[in-house]
This record gives sequence, C-alpha cells and structure tokens, in this order.
Amino acid sequence: MTLPGFPEAAPMAGLGGGVLIGLAAALMLLGAGRIAGVSGIAARATGLSDSGMSRSSAWMFLVGLPLGAAIVAFASGGLEAQFADPIVLAIAGLLVGIGTRLGSGCTSGHGVCGVSRLSQRSVVATITFMIAGIATVAIMNSMGLEVLK
Amino acid sequence: MIKRLLPPLVSGGLFGAGLALGGMTDPARVRGFLDLFGGWDPTLAFVMGGAVLVMAIAWRFQRGMARPIFAEKFSIPDRSDLTLPLVGGSALFGIGWGIAGLCPGPGIAALVIEPASAAIFVVALLAGMGVVRMMEKDA
Repeated sequence: MTLPGFPEAAPMAGLGGGVLIGLAAALMLLGAGRIAGVSGIAARATGLSDSGMSRSSAWMFLVGLPLGAAIVAFASGGLEAQFADPIVLAIAGLLVGIGTRLGSGCTSGHGVCGVSRLSQRSVVATITFMIAGIATVAIMNSMGLEVLK
Repeated sequence: MIKRLLPPLVSGGLFGAGLALGGMTDPARVRGFLDLFGGWDPTLAFVMGGAVLVMAIAWRFQRGMARPIFAEKFSIPDRSDLTLPLVGGSALFGIGWGIAGLCPGPGIAALVIEPASAAIFVVALLAGMGVVRMMEKDA
C-alpha cells in the first residue's frame, strides 16, 4: 500500500514495525516491570549507568536488537540502508550518546514508553529532539550537505 | 535464570524486528521523515503511532497489576520536573539524530545490516555516554 502524495512512504510496514516495537516495550513493562529505553539499557549493559535492570538483562535486550533485525533482513531478502561516512557517523554518535544521557532517554524510552503514558518529561523531550532533528536536516539541506551515500 | 533472561531477549528481538520492518534501520528513511520541508517521508510517524498505541494499552494493563509477571516489582521513572539537562540533552540528541539519521536502537540493530558503519556509530555513542559519565563523576 502506498500513501497518496508520498510515493516513498511505507505506511503498512511502518505500522507493523511500530506494533512490534510496542509489543517489545509492553513485554518489558508487563514482564520485567521496566522501561524499554535503548539508550538507558545500552548505558546499563556497558557499565556507564548504575541504575536500571540487571546488567545481564540489559545485555540480553541489546543482543536481541540485531538478532530481530537479522531475522527480518533474512525473511525479506535483505534490507536497504544508506549510511553516512565514518566521520559523520562518529560526530553524530557522540552527540546522540551525550544527549541521550543528559536527556535521560531517546526515541524509545521518551518517544514510545514515556509519550504513551503522557509523561511530562518525555513529551517535552520528544518535542525537543523532533524539532532539533527537523531543524538539523533542514539546515544541512539548505547548505547542500548530502551525508548519505 | 531462563525466566529472568528470556523476557529481555525476546523484547530486544521484537524491538529489533520492528525497527527493521518499519525501515528505521535505514538512515535515509529516518532523515526522510525529519526532512519536513523537503520530500517528507511520513513512515516514521506510522512506526511511532503503532508503538505508542500498543504501549498506551499496556500502560492501562499495568495500572491494574500489583507486580510484573516475571519480576517482584515495577521500576518506572516517576520524575516530572522539567530541567535544563532534559531539554538541552534532548536537543543535542536531536541534532545527532538529524545528522546521521540514527538513534541508539536502530544503530545497534543495524550492526547486522551494515556492520562497519553501525559499529562506528555505536562506539561513538558509547564514548559520548562515557563523557557524560565522567562529568557526573567529577561533579
């Protein structure tokens, strides 16, 4: 199915993927009693955070991420992906790492888990990183910066 | 042991599958969503919408539960204060997200899709987290 006016969009795959992510976060909440926030879990697993789930649980979740993606990639005969150059990835990764720790979460913890229970902090964080992301892409495009190969 | 470690593994697996299915492991799709003033690709809105919808239902269940199924108690953030680190950190995160089209989940999931590129992002991500960790320890 395509969306009128947006030939590039994949609304059904997006919705299906979103439901899977929601089920993943629901299992973490109702099963383990915790928030499925990837930045917090990554910090926990690597010893960069002292609070959160057990480090072994954090590692299990992190190992699951590429496993799940690999299953979808295998089932669909490979996934398209365009990545930026190493230097761009390094700068972006640093900013994302610093920002998600200072801001106590990312797209999963704030954007999915927090927004769905209307947490004030998560709603503010999500609006902030959305605006920052949109502004960044707009500025880069206006400067003619093409980062994806 | 199995009862304790299987839920996070299955949760991570579902999460990674959802990211891949929704196209979030492709930075071009994420940047397409953030390109609101260009050739906007609304796919990410469907991903977010689907995930938030399921989680909104999960939170309703959670309110009626005395404890989680596989653990003794719920450990859920209860802060509501709006602080400078929350807003400033989220802004920095958003800038990084916009630059490369990757946030932590897709970056880690993409380790099996484009290993070399994803690894650079993940190492830098952890380095950034380490910087904050050191600042907090000094403070």
